[in-house]
Amino acid sequence: MTLPDLTAIELREAIATRRISSAEAVAETFAQIDRLEPTVGAFLSLFRDEAAARAGDVDRRIAAGEPVGALAGVPVAVKDVLCTTFGATTCGSRMLERFHSPYDATAIRRLLNADAVIVGKTNMDEFAMGSSTENSALGRTVNPWAPDRVPGGSSGGSAAAVAARLCPVALGSDTGGSIRQPASFCGVVGLKPTYGRVSRYGLIAYGSSLDQIGPFGRTVADVALLLSVIAGHDPADSTSVDENVAPIADYLDGLDEPVEGLRIGVAPAFNAGAEPSVRAALEAALDVYRSAGAQIVEIDMPHLDYAIAAYYVIATAEASSNLSRYDGVHYGYRTPDPADYVEVYTKSREEAFGQEVKRRIMLGTYALSSGYYDAYYLKALKVRNLIRGDFVRAFEKCDAIVMPVAPTTAFKIGEKVDDPLKMYLGDIYTISANLAGIPGISVPCGLDENSLPIGLQVLTPAFSEAKLLRIARMYEAATDWHTKKPAMVQ
Amino acid sequence: MSQRIDAEQVRKVAKLARLQLTDSEIDEFTGQLGAILGYVEKMNELDTDGVEPLAHCLPIGNVFREDEIKPSLGTDRILANAPERDGSFFKVPKILDDNSAA
Repeated sequence: MTLPDLTAIELREAIATRRISSAEAVAETFAQIDRLEPTVGAFLSLFRDEAAARAGDVDRRIAAGEPVGALAGVPVAVKDVLCTTFGATTCGSRMLERFHSPYDATAIRRLLNADAVIVGKTNMDEFAMGSSTENSALGRTVNPWAPDRVPGGSSGGSAAAVAARLCPVALGSDTGGSIRQPASFCGVVGLKPTYGRVSRYGLIAYGSSLDQIGPFGRTVADVALLLSVIAGHDPADSTSVDENVAPIADYLDGLDEPVEGLRIGVAPAFNAGAEPSVRAALEAALDVYRSAGAQIVEIDMPHLDYAIAAYYVIATAEASSNLSRYDGVHYGYRTPDPADYVEVYTKSREEAFGQEVKRRIMLGTYALSSGYYDAYYLKALKVRNLIRGDFVRAFEKCDAIVMPVAPTTAFKIGEKVDDPLKMYLGDIYTISANLAGIPGISVPCGLDENSLPIGLQVLTPAFSEAKLLRIARMYEAATDWHTKKPAMVQ
Repeated sequence: MSQRIDAEQVRKVAKLARLQLTDSEIDEFTGQLGAILGYVEKMNELDTDGVEPLAHCLPIGNVFREDEIKPSLGTDRILANAPERDGSFFKVPKILDDNSAA
């Protein structure tokens, strides 16, 4: 096994015991990036010098016997939606192409406090709006399993980086599936924590009642490790949850212990919309849980079919408000020659936003506008409550719900770019978790007839990440899908 | 699909959103927004009478803190990203101009 194949946990162990140095690990990471990044295109920026300096510092402290953090010396990539005081923070947009944040996101601070080595910032759909990373204004990322296919999105760069062994772990953000769907498409593990579990301070806002930061890794344990580092209350985000109400844990603790008396909920009618290979992989996964002693319970989720409709009103409404801050005045792009002050706004926004961002701002503005507010926005909030109710009722009958992550495997680059509605419909299985605020994970569970990865989604009630991770680990421990590698790293 | 939103409405929304869309974008968005809104109207199949709107998925209350003076980023770091600045101010074109009625 070569160094890029090591998990974050193996790597930190090797570094802590001085079998290899962090400097070597980081050098090998950049060697791998040099080999594969020209094809994959996972990154928008790389921090070679800073990473080498941090790695050297960690090595010195370990050699001196000083205490080091939980990710000491481990290379990590972060989605370029997270504010960093080093490098630019672009959000994949021309609007922020030259934006340098005056502060670090809390999740970034926590990584650095844990002595992680941030190697670069990853590509994404502009302002996290998209499901393929094709909406990035600043780079093109391909799926490491099939370079003519999308990596998924919006955290496509982070998923592709982990799949191509450019780094063992990465952070992304998930507003409607933007961690779980690219994890599924790229054959890695991706976790969207409960809303409020991870501070959103310094996460560039898209849909503020839905956005959540979460980890990617190649194993459930690596994702658990990263969650342990980034989770917790933050006074700078008043929606981050009070730990007295919902305690955080060392999510590696007890991870390998199977959940006794596990009841898995399945909604067959809802899952029927997935393509045959995805449904077959789901059925096989249910057999794995049966063999592990779980009981499969049929549940009814009558309102999930309305999740996309509600989501594309609520998320775009919030986006239209959040993105009004890009005014060409305070930071970001300004049109070079405005005729008057109104054009500073209208032309700056016209010139620097991409089509999908404009489309969502338009849709959200319309849904909030006078005369349409009740019919669209208020209606969507009520449907959101019905969807939440589906989960509340389901979790009375089961501990976890299992469903596909996406109806298909990775689609071809360009296949859906001209049909936004078609692109939105692919979000059917991921969106409900954001509307209900609950945690969800994607775990590799198969390969389709084109050798493209399929993901298994597991959902549990709010703030039960410890249990969610153990349930995901039960599946992973019984199968070897997570060990499959794309041809480019064989 | 019936016309749910016409070009005139799209222009009005673009003005509200402070987006100076081109004519071809107006055309494109009229069709696309119409299709998306048509899909969204699927929500009308559901009877939501008596259902409370849910703006936030978890119980949340106001968060109070002591009103203490703490360090802030400071003018220079805030202005460092300004497209144009004048000393400690953000600079914009003249606002009191006859042509600039919004």
